[in-house]
Amino acid sequence: MNGARHLYLHLPFCAHRCGYCDFVTAVGRRDQHDAYVEALLGELALEPKLLASEPETLFLGGGTPTFTEPRALERLLQSLPRARETTVEANPETVTQELAETLRRHGVNRVSLGVQSFQPHLLEVLERVAQPDTVRRAFYSLRDAGFDNISFDLIYGIPGQSASELESDLDEALELGPEHLSCYELEAKPGTRFTHTHGDELARQGEAMEGYFELVVERLTAAGYRWYETANFCLPMERAGGRDLRARHNLAYWLGRDYLGLGVGAVSTIAGRRWRNTPRLRAYIDALAAGRRPKREVEHLSPAVMSRERVMLGLRLDEPLRVAEFANVLDLEALPRLQRLGLLRRDSDEQGTPTVGLTARGRRLGGGVTADLLA
Amino acid sequence: MTQDRIRNFSIIAHIDHGKSTLADRILELTHAVSSREMREQLLDSMELERERGITIKAQAVRVEWKGTQLNLIDTPGHVDFTYEVSRSLQACEGAVLLVDAAQGTQAQTLANAYLALENDLEIVPVVNKIDLPQADPETAAKELADLIGDTPDHVLRISAKTGAGVEEVLDAVVARVPAPAGDPDAPPRALIFDSSYDQYRGVVAFVRVVDGQFSTREPLRAMALGTRFEAEELGFFAPTRRESGVLEAGEVGYVITGLKDVSRLRVGDTLTSERRPASEPLPGYKDVKPMVFSGLFPTDSDDYPELRDALEKLKLNDAALFYEPETSQALGFGFRCGFLGLLHMEIVRERLEREFDLDLLVTAPNVAYRVKPPHEEWREVHTPADMPDELEEVEEPYIRASVIVPKEYVGVVMELNNDRRGRFDHLEYLSEERVHMTYDLPLAEIVLDYYDQLKSRTRGYASFDYDVIGFRPGKLVRVDVLVAGEPVDALSLIVHRDSAYERGRSLVERLQEEIPRQHFDVAIQAAIGSRVIARETVKAKRKDVLAKCYGGDISRKRKLLERQKAGKRRMKQVGMVEVPQEAFLAVLHLGGEKRR
Repeated sequence: MNGARHLYLHLPFCAHRCGYCDFVTAVGRRDQHDAYVEALLGELALEPKLLASEPETLFLGGGTPTFTEPRALERLLQSLPRARETTVEANPETVTQELAETLRRHGVNRVSLGVQSFQPHLLEVLERVAQPDTVRRAFYSLRDAGFDNISFDLIYGIPGQSASELESDLDEALELGPEHLSCYELEAKPGTRFTHTHGDELARQGEAMEGYFELVVERLTAAGYRWYETANFCLPMERAGGRDLRARHNLAYWLGRDYLGLGVGAVSTIAGRRWRNTPRLRAYIDALAAGRRPKREVEHLSPAVMSRERVMLGLRLDEPLRVAEFANVLDLEALPRLQRLGLLRRDSDEQGTPTVGLTARGRRLGGGVTADLLA
Repeated sequence: MTQDRIRNFSIIAHIDHGKSTLADRILELTHAVSSREMREQLLDSMELERERGITIKAQAVRVEWKGTQLNLIDTPGHVDFTYEVSRSLQACEGAVLLVDAAQGTQAQTLANAYLALENDLEIVPVVNKIDLPQADPETAAKELADLIGDTPDHVLRISAKTGAGVEEVLDAVVARVPAPAGDPDAPPRALIFDSSYDQYRGVVAFVRVVDGQFSTREPLRAMALGTRFEAEELGFFAPTRRESGVLEAGEVGYVITGLKDVSRLRVGDTLTSERRPASEPLPGYKDVKPMVFSGLFPTDSDDYPELRDALEKLKLNDAALFYEPETSQALGFGFRCGFLGLLHMEIVRERLEREFDLDLLVTAPNVAYRVKPPHEEWREVHTPADMPDELEEVEEPYIRASVIVPKEYVGVVMELNNDRRGRFDHLEYLSEERVHMTYDLPLAEIVLDYYDQLKSRTRGYASFDYDVIGFRPGKLVRVDVLVAGEPVDALSLIVHRDSAYERGRSLVERLQEEIPRQHFDVAIQAAIGSRVIARETVKAKRKDVLAKCYGGDISRKRKLLERQKAGKRRMKQVGMVEVPQEAFLAVLHLGGEKRR
């Protein structure tokens, strides 16, 4: 078995937990950063067979990876294999010139910046520390350090956000000209502090905000970005000197490739087996300190389930799927119906093999359309 | 036993006035059962009957009191079974008319009393529950005496619960109810007043022998239907089955027929002997026809065979139940079922769900219509979708509704009846406080929520009964519902022309709330023929995606998708539109009048 060519590392530490966040995070704990990084490397060492000797992509996600103590972060980066694409998630307020250069020096060639919004009052609602100027400063520091592949995370559908405020957010982002943008609708998970505070207001705005997704897509595609995944946009090759700026690491998830995830709460999927590490920081560190694997929740994926996932994820991309590959999980009778409704396009590739892809409207309604399309 | 030592009687009462309790006391008092083996409300044998406090199927029990054979014939206690009640009463010479001392005369008291009087029965008036603190036996006795043209001092006052006065009731039955007066030497005739089905022995007929005598192994014939069989066993219940070999003139008992199909032996028919047949059947046989219809569809279409088997089994014990396969484009395969009335429908539905563990979708009930299309004969229509587009004439069933209320509610009852196309017939004071009103109403106007409305508007004081009085012409139209241009058969309704617009509008509004937003605008229209009378639009969704999808949440997202998928499976596909099953019940809630 060849190991996974895609490696994810989870760095859970944050200065503050934002109300809407539902990732595995740990606030502060500066005294544990070293131990955690040791544990991460320990887990990597335990799984030599699961990772390809020359991984294609690395992704350091969080949490706020750049909140990790610089010494610990450096130790981690030094110990990792080099990859073609190495991404680190960063919060603007943590990005100093020094940090930017450290990242660059250790082979990081892509930074995903948690911008979320450029409106001070909306950043406050989201409990973000950064101000609009902090974002700009971070962006230029990264550019100065030589980063030519920067991605922005933006959130829309924030309580109180008007359509024109969303437009200014997009305009401000476009002004800076990042190579890549991820735009997410805010998800108010039931039972979270955030929903408790803002749920009523969100419910009131629900109908008005229905058009925001469309607005985001229109604005960014009009600015020349490629809408290559439901929530992701990048500059097309012709504007990027022939580079493919799609997030290669994430593309691996969406194309159903194997990936190894290390760290608390991290998920791996390799050869039909998916497992999730314990989300408990202490338990994770202790297990690896004792040289044991952390506790894992394992799920076996049947070929049919894997095919269904490929369809679910593949339809989010702008490249069509080959029907024959998924004929066993598709409801072939739904195809003409969805086509008539203008949600789906049937075509064929260069070899003349039939394909399906979603139209722009189909992609905006992708959840329901996919549910229709799966047998 | 010679006929002059026999008394056949029933106990008749409004629901909950204590009929079953009195029957229990009688059985105890006559030592038919000891207190120890006494089962609460022994005559009500089915679980459901006990729970609802009503008796569905009649039985007869023989007891002895001071040297006289008493046959206590139980009667069903609800309006839907008027015909069965009247047959049970025809098997008697007398009836104990029981009234709650606190509640006084109620609608079913009246209905039962009139039935008894029509059958020339001697009525023994009894006021029950005199032990209740709020009892007013004097007023109740006066009302009762007025009702049957007797004097209050002739009315017995008892408590079936404590047993006080029950012996006097038996004495009065012996003293006042006439002995049977058939001819013991004439060709045998027996009235079938009830039947049930035993899975090993076949149809069991409950009979009252009027003339002659019947014995085991005798070839018999049911005169109206012409069904022939041999009496496998004869006997009576006391209260358990006792085989007697012979049933003589005046006696009540059972006949085991060995027939495998209840519909071959109808209540009201006359049994006679093949060897010495009677020339004339006993009077009063009617072919009872269902008046209320509803579609029964399994929620899960895989359960169709189970539903079919369950209906077959129920039909064995319920000759009045009618069903035929129905295919709805919206709801799939199911059955169109006909019932005697609303309670009958409710009982069948509950038995299907409870005894057969079926999950059912029951469409809004409608009545039977008689229609005359141009150049065609009259025929009956059981579902709105079958109503022809062009009609020369159409008739709908009418009822005579009988309502008793305290006088301050006369106004609201009149208002309700006027709203429901009622025609006032009659009003009388039963006492200074209580009024009895009768109205003629289309049956269609009461099948949905009339009773609930009546109860809520009169704060529960109204009592209600009705009789179907026949078909009358009506200005009726069929309102069709179109979802995204496709007519939905299961949502069609037949309404009076004057209320078509309003009903169509409220149905369409209701459906707009029930039908979830789809991937395109969905027009919901109500139309009469090709004329659209109401329209609403379910706006298309603009967005339906999960925001993020990365390595860590693929499993969760997949499960969400599978749930969404499962939700879609529960919907019924109407053309391109997914319609939840609840939407098909929208017609039940028209005008915001919630049903229960």
